[in-house]
Amino acid sequence: MRTLVSPSTLRSPGGKIGYAVIFGCTLLLFVIAFLFPLYWAMTGAMKSPQELAQTPATFIPNEWHPETFADAWDQLSLGKYFLNTIIVAGGAWLAQLAIDVPAAFALSKLRPKFGNVVLGLMLATLMLPAAALLVPTYVTITDLPLLNVNLINSPAAVWLPAAANAFNIYLLKRFFDQIPDELIEAARLDGAGPVRTLWRIILPISRPILAVVSILAVVAAWKDFIWPLLVFPDTEKQTLSVMLQRVAIDMPLNVLVAGMVLASLPMVALFLAFQRHILAGLTAGSVKG
Amino acid sequence: MSSHRSSSVLDWPATSSSRAGRPVASAAERRRNRLRRKLKENLTAYGLLCAALVVFALFSWYPIVRGVLLSFQQVDFVNPPSWVGFDNFTRLFEDPLFGVAWRNTLLFTVLALVFGFLVPFLTAVLLNELRHAKAFFRLAVYLPVMLPPVVTALMWKWFYDPGSGLFNSALGAVGLPGGQWLDSSDTSMLSLVFVSTWANMGSTTLIYLAALGTIPGELYEAAELDGAGMWKRLIHVTLPQTRFVLLVLLLLQVVATMQVFTEPYVMTGGGPDDSTVTVLLLLYRYAFVYNDFGSASALSLLLFVALGVFSALYVRVTRKADES
Repeated sequence: MRTLVSPSTLRSPGGKIGYAVIFGCTLLLFVIAFLFPLYWAMTGAMKSPQELAQTPATFIPNEWHPETFADAWDQLSLGKYFLNTIIVAGGAWLAQLAIDVPAAFALSKLRPKFGNVVLGLMLATLMLPAAALLVPTYVTITDLPLLNVNLINSPAAVWLPAAANAFNIYLLKRFFDQIPDELIEAARLDGAGPVRTLWRIILPISRPILAVVSILAVVAAWKDFIWPLLVFPDTEKQTLSVMLQRVAIDMPLNVLVAGMVLASLPMVALFLAFQRHILAGLTAGSVKG
Repeated sequence: MSSHRSSSVLDWPATSSSRAGRPVASAAERRRNRLRRKLKENLTAYGLLCAALVVFALFSWYPIVRGVLLSFQQVDFVNPPSWVGFDNFTRLFEDPLFGVAWRNTLLFTVLALVFGFLVPFLTAVLLNELRHAKAFFRLAVYLPVMLPPVVTALMWKWFYDPGSGLFNSALGAVGLPGGQWLDSSDTSMLSLVFVSTWANMGSTTLIYLAALGTIPGELYEAAELDGAGMWKRLIHVTLPQTRFVLLVLLLLQVVATMQVFTEPYVMTGGGPDDSTVTVLLLLYRYAFVYNDFGSASALSLLLFVALGVFSALYVRVTRKADES
């Protein structure tokens, strides 16, 4: 593929050397900028507290203490906080699929009266910076209108607002719009109701977009900080991020760093496993959103 | 919530009429059937929509209205809210931190644009030229994006440590004096921008890279035949061809960086000397430290007004891109 630099320049002897130098420098820079900090955290966790506090820092640990990871798991009760985070993120994911998929299907294929008004009202919420809704949503969570329920310290305080996601509905609707109406018509003539059509016909062919929405949902919930910070004042109910921030000052640095590494591993593993979907979601999410 | 799932509502409306098999229906009957069918179709659609309508009503539409009302009320959660007119706004304007927070936030946004806009674009242009290890570059630059922001912030706080931190150790190793980083009000904001850029540049870089990949090679060839050097090709081919993506990400970034919270909250708590108090940090303090939800809402409203234009432009531009 032709890019900025012409192929003939690249083929010339000078071009070949220039390319090699630039490639080498970029590679080195990327390793230093993006991989080295992760190496530093991994090895830092395995240094002794004295070594960690020493100036200048050691680049390779003098003594290895891999047991710090086990200590961190116990001292920070990571098992409990992992479970909390999984419940919060998993529930947010399920709520988004269960609520946004039928809504997008109805708006795309059933086209009810005032459907465009409803869609417009949903999309209008995209114009609001999230921060502007922080306080009023918090106040709403403490006392849901009509129901008079207080959702503070309940994972539903994350699940339900996460489902009010206009961007998901927009992404899903755009995908459903491309599914030919004839397919729906054929299902109808075969006697399938709309729910059956959605479940049996639409969902199986919508796997790519469902994967994108799922990953966006899980990653966003796992990374979120400010909302869980507000709605989980009970330290037993907090997510990993909120807990790590809370204990950061009191914990020995090596234990804290080990906890940080462990808390990041699921997201890194998820990324390595689903790169293609994550990168697809990235372009779907930012350029066309 | 499950009541709408009865089969009568969810049957396709047309099945009953096609099943009937009557040879000729009167015009009135047909009209009635069509009406019934339309009604059923709408009921089904709203059945599927109702959960979404409830969550949007409770967590988007109602809070929007509530937020505006709260801005003009005093709330203490014991007595019913009372109307106080513009008192909340007056209180904000009289707070010396109000101006500081806006200035800091603006500084953060401008610095984040300089770094977070330029660095990813140049990185993408560079990566687009490289023929080897493409997968590695993509993976490496995106890795920080996957880390929980709190982890990134805590990690960098430790790197910045003036004593045993990574930066001063590295500088010391090559004989350079260390910096105060987060501990000096001169460099604190810049240090936060660095972290934010490092953490977020992966997504912007890959979006630029995707945009660069769609530029037709003939354009570069034609420019080269016209005698345009590499710099001119960058200015006259690459930039115009990606200007749309650049605009979208510019708007997105302004909206995102004006809401910066995690980095200052976790890394500096607003200090030193209030040099990293941002609007959102001030908002957090008003609501959850001083329990003054009215003033916090008033500040949210101001933030919304400040960002509304950018958000509206962003939605418009992306919608337009979508149609074309």
